[in-house]
Amino acid sequence: MASLTARFGPGLGGTILLLVGLWLIGMVLAPNLMMLDFSLRPNLMPNQIGTDADRYTLANFIALFSDSVHRAIFFKTVWASALVTLTTLVVTYPLAFWLAKIATPRGMALALVALIIPFWINEVLRTLAWYILLAFNGPLNAVLLGLGIIAEPVRWFGDFGVLAGMVYAYILFMLFPIYNSISTLETAQIEAARNLGASTVRIHRRIVIPHAKAGIATGCVFTFMLAAGSYVAPALLGSPGSRWFTEIIYNWFFEGGNWNRGAAYALVLLVLCMLVVLAALRVFRVNLADVAK
Amino acid sequence: MTMALEAPVAARLNTPKGGLATIAELLPRIIFAIYMILFFTYLFLPLAVMTAATFNTSKFPTVTPWLGTTLQWFEALWADQAMWKALRLSVLIGICVIAIALPIGTAAALFLTSLEGRARTFFYAVMVSPLLTPGVAIGIATLILWRQAGVGGGLWLIILAQSSFIAAYVMLMVIARLQRFDRTLEEAAIGLGASRWMVFRRILLPYLKPSLLAAMLIAFLQSFENYNTTLFVRGTETPLTVFIATKVRTGLTPAVNALGLILIVLTIVAAVALELSKRSRAAKPA
Repeated sequence: MASLTARFGPGLGGTILLLVGLWLIGMVLAPNLMMLDFSLRPNLMPNQIGTDADRYTLANFIALFSDSVHRAIFFKTVWASALVTLTTLVVTYPLAFWLAKIATPRGMALALVALIIPFWINEVLRTLAWYILLAFNGPLNAVLLGLGIIAEPVRWFGDFGVLAGMVYAYILFMLFPIYNSISTLETAQIEAARNLGASTVRIHRRIVIPHAKAGIATGCVFTFMLAAGSYVAPALLGSPGSRWFTEIIYNWFFEGGNWNRGAAYALVLLVLCMLVVLAALRVFRVNLADVAK
Repeated sequence: MTMALEAPVAARLNTPKGGLATIAELLPRIIFAIYMILFFTYLFLPLAVMTAATFNTSKFPTVTPWLGTTLQWFEALWADQAMWKALRLSVLIGICVIAIALPIGTAAALFLTSLEGRARTFFYAVMVSPLLTPGVAIGIATLILWRQAGVGGGLWLIILAQSSFIAAYVMLMVIARLQRFDRTLEEAAIGLGASRWMVFRRILLPYLKPSLLAAMLIAFLQSFENYNTTLFVRGTETPLTVFIATKVRTGLTPAVNALGLILIVLTIVAAVALELSKRSRAAKPA
């Protein structure tokens, strides 16, 4: 703190402190603390606030895990997000390796442009594109029917639609961190291993993946968080059987009218994501500075 | 050690390459080529279908069946007052988010560089945490806090909620450049009698300019495409992403595809322009 004013003088140093304080306290800490407070109180009529009924309770959290439907949707969201993360990792890893180690500068530039175009249009439009493609009377069914691969149109909306749309939406969040970390690996190490007779699988398992673990951890953390917190893809590409936890939260706020319970559910989602971050940091033995690059 | 390395190398180089070995060598290449084709098909098929559906007369956006080629959906989009209103709102929000997130993110980066050791690690973690928080939770927390102060969802809360995590992106981009800053430049200027403010304005800010411009662009794009956070704090406002998502329920026509297509084209133009300006800057002598 002292070095801040020493470097920038009291006026500018004070302004910097003020801005950081406004952000961290006013826009990050206070909202989250208020959400925590809210989640621990019952949903009351305005005239009951401050009365005996207005006291801290865990009822909102207990409600989530005692309601079998909500509990099932919560756990399904967790494992489906993990599945999205794993699928995205498998789908992007070979390309990340190719970009970092094999591609010619020209091929790489071309691939990067091709990758960035779908990414720059927003998530809602990307999901909309899948909505059109997977529609019951849509082009995918028409083509598959025409080729005789399927005998009847398939209802893609549901678990499949959500998985396809989410992996699509988060490809770059997985690809770029892995690409970045693989590109810092000395190519000579791979060549040496190959010359010593290591198989491709062994080279990746023993050299490339350990080297890229920070990038893999970053990609996985971001993808999981985005998937678990996604609202558009399940809303557009899902079916009643593939409801997502965020949809339940939304309903508490704008249909059920119980903000306190909604706050508790949102907090559970938040804690889940934080636990995943901490677990990833621990498992991959990386620190947050590597993750947020 | 050298001997041990050389022997297998020599052995490998001397292996006569028979037809069988070539197939074994080709197979991974073929598999990889198939993978690349599948990957880029996956990447572009939805976009291609969405684009093609823009030109189909069909009222619901699709390419099967093809009912005739038309440009009517661009006209429909142009005439859609609600779309223009949503677009104007999204641009306004984006500009306001830049105005809030850019100073905060820059200040946060400067603040971090003045810290060391554990304090730095701690504040870094706190500042990065909004990026690891699901967007819906950010929106909900902001909504709840401001309801206590009597402020409901709307323009103001959208801007605040978005800025709270977009500032973190700005911080990361500024700090990446700040780490390569030569502090002796500041000391030299002070030694020559410059004021602290002068040093900041004439040395540090110009040095940070490229990263600040890039951060502005990223901040705007993040704001423009945000949906999850905005959904909870929007009140009765309808920014562009909400407008598009609502259309799916209230009557989707290819006019929305036309909008998507225009955004794709703008993206390509912007990406090419950015690349060209980078090259021309690189070509100039420093």
